[in-house]
Amino acid sequence: MSGKEEISQHIHEENKPASPNSNSRREALKTLATIPVLGAMAYGVYQKKKKEHNNKLVGNIFSFDADPAVIDRQPDGKTIRLGIIGIGLRGSQLMQALGFATPQYIESLRELEKKDSQNTRYKDFLEQEDLNVEIKGVCDIFDVYAKDAALAGANVNKEGVNGKLEKLPTIYKHYKELLAAKDIDAVVIATPDHWHGTMIIDAVNAGKHVYVEKPLTWTVPETYLVADAVRKSGIVFQLGHQGRQIEINHRAKGIIQKGLIGKITLIEVSTNRNDPNGAWVYPIHPEANPSTIDWKQFEGNPERIKEYFDYMTSVGAAKYVGPEAREKFSLERFFRWRCWWDYGTGLSGDLLTHEYDAMNHMLNLGIPASATSSGGVYFFKDGRTVPDVLQTTFEFPDRDMSLLYTATLASQYKRSRKIMGTDATIELGSTLDVTIDRASVRYKDKIEKGIIKPGEPFYRYASGKSIDALSSATEMYFAERGLLFSYVEGKRYNTTFLHIREWLECIRQNKKPSCGIEEAFEEAMAAHMGTRAYLEGRTMYWDADKQQITRG
Amino acid sequence: MSEKHAYSCSQLSWLVILRVLIGWYFMYEGLAKIMAPNWSSYAYLRDSKGIFAPLFTLLTDYPVVMTMVNAINMYGLTVIGLCLILGCFVKFANIGAIGLLSLYYLSHPPLLDVHYIIRPEGSYMWVDKNLIMLVAIVVLMLFPTSKMIGLDRYIYRKK
Repeated sequence: MSGKEEISQHIHEENKPASPNSNSRREALKTLATIPVLGAMAYGVYQKKKKEHNNKLVGNIFSFDADPAVIDRQPDGKTIRLGIIGIGLRGSQLMQALGFATPQYIESLRELEKKDSQNTRYKDFLEQEDLNVEIKGVCDIFDVYAKDAALAGANVNKEGVNGKLEKLPTIYKHYKELLAAKDIDAVVIATPDHWHGTMIIDAVNAGKHVYVEKPLTWTVPETYLVADAVRKSGIVFQLGHQGRQIEINHRAKGIIQKGLIGKITLIEVSTNRNDPNGAWVYPIHPEANPSTIDWKQFEGNPERIKEYFDYMTSVGAAKYVGPEAREKFSLERFFRWRCWWDYGTGLSGDLLTHEYDAMNHMLNLGIPASATSSGGVYFFKDGRTVPDVLQTTFEFPDRDMSLLYTATLASQYKRSRKIMGTDATIELGSTLDVTIDRASVRYKDKIEKGIIKPGEPFYRYASGKSIDALSSATEMYFAERGLLFSYVEGKRYNTTFLHIREWLECIRQNKKPSCGIEEAFEEAMAAHMGTRAYLEGRTMYWDADKQQITRG
Repeated sequence: MSEKHAYSCSQLSWLVILRVLIGWYFMYEGLAKIMAPNWSSYAYLRDSKGIFAPLFTLLTDYPVVMTMVNAINMYGLTVIGLCLILGCFVKFANIGAIGLLSLYYLSHPPLLDVHYIIRPEGSYMWVDKNLIMLVAIVVLMLFPTSKMIGLDRYIYRKK
């Protein structure tokens, strides 16, 4: 039938006289013809919801309330008067976390915002919660750093260049003068590693609360002195492992404690960096010279230096000392001190400690029973004595578990932390992922029913948001890229800020911070065991009764 | 010639099928968003590219605006879909659909060398499925069917 004929037939039918009944029936039919489509959709949606509900019941086991990471703030807490010792790269970051930055820095944030309206660092800094602290004193043995820190401390209103500054904090030439100051309640220490222990002990003796950057100590003997001093005192002590504040770590801890991933036998953690800055080749300040740097003070505490030399020579590790004389002024050694055992603790103290502390937080590991290490200077052959590639294995026989740390400073291929259990594996990167094991007994029936697909991430958690296997691919993808962070919390978490905030609140409320002296002692001993295993080329053991590192 | 006599039987059938299928697509997109816990267009808008991208990302800065945008997407899509399937108030549903599809197209134009974090499921250059659906709805506007098959037949009946 041609189109024309069809139309004419159509018209013909419309014009045909019909009984009122059949007419209204046809009317109703044409009006309501598509309604059955809705029935089909309702059926489909019902089926989908039913399936989702079944899956949800399984997914829910991971979606419980984890401990809140943030300590409640006392509304009428007293102002804490602070002294800052050591204001280089990390010290400046800590001051920023406290809410203080130089006018130049504020200016640079404004520039960033001007260039890119998406850059919210300036806005975030302005909106950062006021911690109710005053910077009363600063101390750095490089004059430029000390002056900058004083400017930052006086920049109470977060102004740019030519803004109004409040009264400058006192600049102290020697940290002991700062510790003697009556108008200082607490100190933040961010000096090179070889000064940590001595300064903590002196600060504790001066009655100051202490926030110190990791690692706790440089030598093994001083570790006992520090721990004793802090334990006997009434001060509030926090070690700078800000990873304690990472929300996903708290959730991982909850998942592990509930036994949801089964028996854990292996943990893999790593460090992956690939740039000179990450390898501690920090820039040398143009104004640095023997007249602006107090080299004598940089050298360190003679007692500590003796402990270091005694150890290195007694175990045949003298080749790792120096090579330059300690008293010889060197800009490289001043700014890039992490490259030499003479001042630093290498990958062990700088970065392994973060990984170990994260796992100690989640699993309460304690000091490992033994440690082996290997590695070498394989890429940055710039005269450094500390390795740029390091593998350290810690054994925890009482927990039937190994912790493997592997690090390179010459590749930043992303490797997540993996906690491997018989029923599932937790991966911690920017998100927390749980992948159910194919051989899991706990989830056997769910796997057989097809509710859980083994080998694929089954549960994902990203900053306040539980995402299970039902969520859209898009959500999964965004979670992976960390983009959900800014959405869920309104702004990105600065974990250093939270860690310092916790310390300050603990001072006000007389509570114990999350990385106190016991956690710090465990961190220091674990790191020292790893370091000694590398330096001596043999396994180190922990004698729990004598509280000593032994050689088996 | 009166409007309702304009099409042959098969023309009318296929036009109605097209309308119902587009309606189905809209309605389920809306329902899926309503059913998804905490669904938000935030990520999608943040991923906007092209000359209008600053406008779309600006929306995400204001929680109140985001609440509105999310509601428009969830309930707008559902209601538009429902109207197209049932054939009621199709004239307005079409306008709404064209509005939403234009926004989707402009926020995520399939330009050369533009990379979206949410990858499209096909390969597109300048023309994508949003644009094609938009044009299909324009065609449906020019060839309306709801007064023949659909509730509009009753709503707009001659008294």
